[in-house]
This record gives sequence, C-alpha cells and structure tokens, in this order.
Amino acid sequence: MNIHEYQAKEILSSFGIPVPRGRVALTSDQVERAAKEMGGRCVVKAQIYAGGRGKAGGVKLVHHPEQAQELGKDLFTRKLVTPQTGQEGLRVRRILVEEAVEIAREFYLSITLDRESSRYCLIASAEGGVEIEEVAQKTPEKIHMLTIDPFTGLRPYQARKIALALGLKGSVCEDCVELILNLYRCCLEKDCYLVEINPLVVTKAGWLMAMDAKINFDDNAMFRHREYPDMLDYSQLDTLEINAGKYDLSYIKLQGNIGCMVNGAGLAMATLDVLKEFGGEPANFLDVGGGATREKVAEAFKIILQDSDVKGVFVNIFGGIMRCDVIAQGIIEAASEVHCALPIVVRMDGSKVEEGKRLLLDSGLNVQIGENLGDGATRIVQMLGE
Amino acid sequence: MSILLNKDSKIVVQGITGRSGLFHTQQCRDYGSKIVAGVTPGKGGIHIEGIPVFNTVEEAVHYTNANVSMIFVPPPGAADAILEAADAGIELAVCITEGIPVRDMVLARRVLEGKKMRLVGPNCPGVITPGECKVGIMPGHIHKKGKIGVVSRSGTLTYEAVKQLSDMGLGQSTCVGIGGDPIIGMKFIDVLQLFNEDKNTEGVFMIGEIGGGAEEEAAHWIRENMKKPVAAFIAGVTAPPGKRMGHAGAIITGGKGKAEDKIRTLQDCGVAVSTSPTRMGETMQSVLGRGKGKSS
Repeated sequence: MNIHEYQAKEILSSFGIPVPRGRVALTSDQVERAAKEMGGRCVVKAQIYAGGRGKAGGVKLVHHPEQAQELGKDLFTRKLVTPQTGQEGLRVRRILVEEAVEIAREFYLSITLDRESSRYCLIASAEGGVEIEEVAQKTPEKIHMLTIDPFTGLRPYQARKIALALGLKGSVCEDCVELILNLYRCCLEKDCYLVEINPLVVTKAGWLMAMDAKINFDDNAMFRHREYPDMLDYSQLDTLEINAGKYDLSYIKLQGNIGCMVNGAGLAMATLDVLKEFGGEPANFLDVGGGATREKVAEAFKIILQDSDVKGVFVNIFGGIMRCDVIAQGIIEAASEVHCALPIVVRMDGSKVEEGKRLLLDSGLNVQIGENLGDGATRIVQMLGE
Repeated sequence: MSILLNKDSKIVVQGITGRSGLFHTQQCRDYGSKIVAGVTPGKGGIHIEGIPVFNTVEEAVHYTNANVSMIFVPPPGAADAILEAADAGIELAVCITEGIPVRDMVLARRVLEGKKMRLVGPNCPGVITPGECKVGIMPGHIHKKGKIGVVSRSGTLTYEAVKQLSDMGLGQSTCVGIGGDPIIGMKFIDVLQLFNEDKNTEGVFMIGEIGGGAEEEAAHWIRENMKKPVAAFIAGVTAPPGKRMGHAGAIITGGKGKAEDKIRTLQDCGVAVSTSPTRMGETMQSVLGRGKGKSS
C-alpha cells in the first residue's frame, strides 16, 4: 500500500528522523497561508502516488505566497503526468508546502526486502536525489548494501560503516548512525515493504534531514495496523480498482477491449499472454482468487463491465475442487442483472463441468464455451472480429 | 519413488477445525493421504471426522508419529505454527495460508536455517505425489502417476500445466507448488535438487512468473548441475510493470524481474521454454529423452 510523501514524513518524524517544517494544503488559499507561515520562500510539492514529480512540474521553489497560491491553483486544476503515472496522469488533491532548506550534500538511503537472502536490506549511496536505478546500473560501486540478520537486528557498527562509506565525519556521522537505526526501527514497527529517503541531505547548517520520503506498507500486516486504511487517498486510485478491493479481487485496468476474469494470479497473467498471442487486447487483469465463490464471480463480472472499453469477456476458471455449475450461475446472474449483450467466452475446468456448460448455453446470453485455453482465446478474438 | 511425500507419509493438520482446514483435510483423505492428527490450541481431546485433535504439534507427534504437517492457521498465527512444527520434529511443513506478513516470514526463515525441517510455501497449493499422497488444495483428479517432476511458483497455472501433461500421457512423480510470496521456504533450486536425485523423475517442468530473480538463480543452477531435461513456462510476458516494484526493489534484483529476461536466461542455460501457455505439455514432451533441451 502506498502513502503520500507528507504522511511518510510524519511517520519518519515520529521515529526521530528530522524532516523539513511543512504543512498540507487542500486549497490554493491554504497553500498561500502555509507559504506565509514558512516565510514566503518555500517549496510547493504536489502529493501524488507516483515518483518523477519534479520534472513534471509538480515540485517547485517559490519566493512569494502569491506565487505559491498561483502554482497551487494550477496544480489543483490539472493532472500530473510523470513517467510513473501512465498517460492519464494523476489528479492533485493535496499539496505539501515546506520551508526552503539550504542543501550542502545529498544522499540516497532505503530499507527494503531482499528476496534472494529472505532478509531486509539497507541500501545507501552518496549519489542522492537522482534516479537511483541509473546509479545502480552505471556505477554499481557507488551503491552500498547490507543485509540485516533479523536475530541481531541492525547494529550500530553496521550503520556506522554505511555512514562512513557515504563520506560523513564527526557528529554528522554519528547523527547518521542514529538516523539509520531509527529507519530500521520504523521499517519493522510499521511493517514496511520499503522505506526510502531520497534525498537525505546535509544542510548548509550541518544537519541531516529527509527531504523526500517514500513508504510502502506490507498489505498483509493490515491486521495489526488499524491506521493503514485511514491513510489511503482514494483520489489516487482507479475507481474500479477500489471497488475490486472491497470484494478482495485484484484488478488492474489495461488498454484493450477484452475483459478478463481468471482465478489465480499466474493463470491470469498467462491468460493475458495467450490473448495477445492470438491477436486480442486484454482490457484488464482480474484475479478472483484461487478459490472463487459465486458472489465473487458475480461482483468481478460487474466490475469488468463497468469499463466502457470492454467489448467482450473471456472467463478462464480452473476450479479444480470448485464446482463449475456454481461459477456458471454467478456469471449468469451478474450478466442478466446488468443486461449484458456482449459476447462472452467461458473456459472452465473442475467438477461438474458439463452441468456448468449446459447452464451457460441455456441462459440466453451471447456465450460460447472454450474447450481449453487456446480454444477459448481463439473464440473470443473471433467473436470480437465479427 | 517420488520426492517429499509418499504413501507412508503421516500427516498432522494445523488449524484442522477451521472451515478450509477441515474441508481440505477431507479432500486429502479421500485422495488417500494418511491424516493421523489435527492441532487446534484449546480443542485438544476432541475428534473431528474421526481424527484426534491435539493442543500442540508436539503432542500430536508424540501420539501419532506424524512427520508431515499441513498448515491452515490464519495469518496472525501462521509463522508461529511453522516454527511450532519445526520444534516438534516435523520433517516437512506445507503452509497453505495466504497473507502472512513479510516481517513474520523473515524471522521464521531465519529460525529454520540449520534446522532439518523443510518448508513448502506459504501461500501455495501444496505438494502431491500422484496416486500416493496429497498435502494441499490442488484438485487430485487432474494428476496422473508418472515420471515428470513439476515445480511452480503459481497456483491455478500449475493445474493448467498438470492437466496438459496428464492429457498427453505424461504423468507426474511429484508436483510442488512453492508459492508466490516474496519469502518462501523451499525455492526452485531446493526442489530441482531433489528431482535431480530422484530415480523415478525423468524430466522437470518448471513454472515461473515475473518479479524477483528466483528463475534466473534456478537457470544457472540447472546449467551447472541438472542431469535431466527441464522445460519451463514464465507467466507475464505482456504484464505491465508491477506496482510493487519500487526503486529499491529494482536495485536488489539488478534489473531482473521481467519475463523476457527470465526466458532468455533459462534458454541460455539449456532450458526449453514454452512461448505459449497452451503448449506447456508439448514443450515438455519435446525434450524428454534428451539431455538438456532447446526452446520450442
């Protein structure tokens, strides 16, 4: 789960990590007022669930409160398009106004999960504030990494090694050791997938400060963090994706016109692959879960049809233990409820396949049965071509 | 012969009194698996479907000699259940539970280092040795006894692959769903190693997905060590970049994670990669009897 920069900074701050003084604004008037509070000269930062804001004009230094207000007005009325948002871009609903800080040096610092070692991993670089992926690719020697043994946790001597590798000396070096240890504490206590400070800066006055921050929570740990859902900014999410989430369905909107409903993420990806192979363009990725129920199938079907780009639907359910007649019932109910006349191809496997097929064919829907994965994909592409 | 499970495996089910725990216990027993005990803290002493329930795995092992555990404990207690199984002397734990926090699994994995217990999963369909023993939630009837080992990160896509294999007359020695979570017990290499040594396995089908670098690790291991032909499929060639892939994640995998990179690496290491999910069975058949295969 993503959260905004200002929320991430609030969390870091609560773990003793210094961040710039700032205020969140919901209107351009609030932006102006916050700018005054910061002394006129300040940084205006659009809050969206994507990186690359700077180059897209979403982060700017302004010199007067009026200038801040104007920029706020502009940002609140348009969508921000960055390399990470896709072509549609994201609407700006919240703006962070921060004091302007005189920066001496910039670093990169993060803790994330390393699958290979099955441990958390600390990553640091003296090349901060830029695309860290590029640094990793072009000059891997400038990236410092350390996997953390969960038994001992991150030790001060390890943090010191990293701080020294960044070229820090004296009291700033010891401040950095404390900051790194706090970052690890934050990562564990808040169940983060990723905590990233980019850039971490040393100010001209000689203080460490997190100038930008990013946190991803581990969705699986939601049960011990009741505060997570309240932090979500729904304006940053696709409405269909929000609806899908309510029913525990995993949905991602794509560019094509064939709606897809599949059980299991791997099979869902393979289904998209096979549609493309046969000349079709999937409109979405939708995983109803390994053991789909009649209710879930019905809801999934409705969500797919809410996308006006959808001109046909391909259902691929490998039920195994699940009963196909029950799944068929779910499809029929949902399709009749929304008066769906679009072509549908259903490929099902599991118990009671024949009963399921008969129910579908007798339903009066514009439906065909796919005998296997390839046959199903061929049929839906053909039906759409006619 | 097979790996991990056979007809003598004695199974204890942790979380047997839950809805899906009980349902799949019955399914496994109907398939022929020897379910000897269940564990649900606080319900020790009762019998459910004729199976004795204990408060702890230790008791269950003491009274029934169970050596395999199937875990259905809900996410908040699942990592603890895994460690309890290890502590009680279980040889193989298969954790079906979906949604265990990463932090819990990091710790559990660390505790298991140096212990003899093998862990499959979590968030996986389980393990099946067709005709002998099923520990998991996969549909038994699509499997056929035979000589192909199957190892997969996916759930239902494994069923698709197995069905294609069975339909072509290619039965399976053992099928292992290792699970798709970022932190899992046995990885591709651990399972490949067992198949390599298993006399009854003549070839292996491997199913991977986008994300992480596990397929690449496996590919290099195969090139150096595997004596049997391996065929593979990687799902997600057309998938858009995953949402979870932040900057830091991309660094660790060094640009790994894309399907095309995985496919290229596998092919470079002598694995036959099926370019379509409709030809998984054919690809396996095309390399059988060879050493290491070429791409179809």
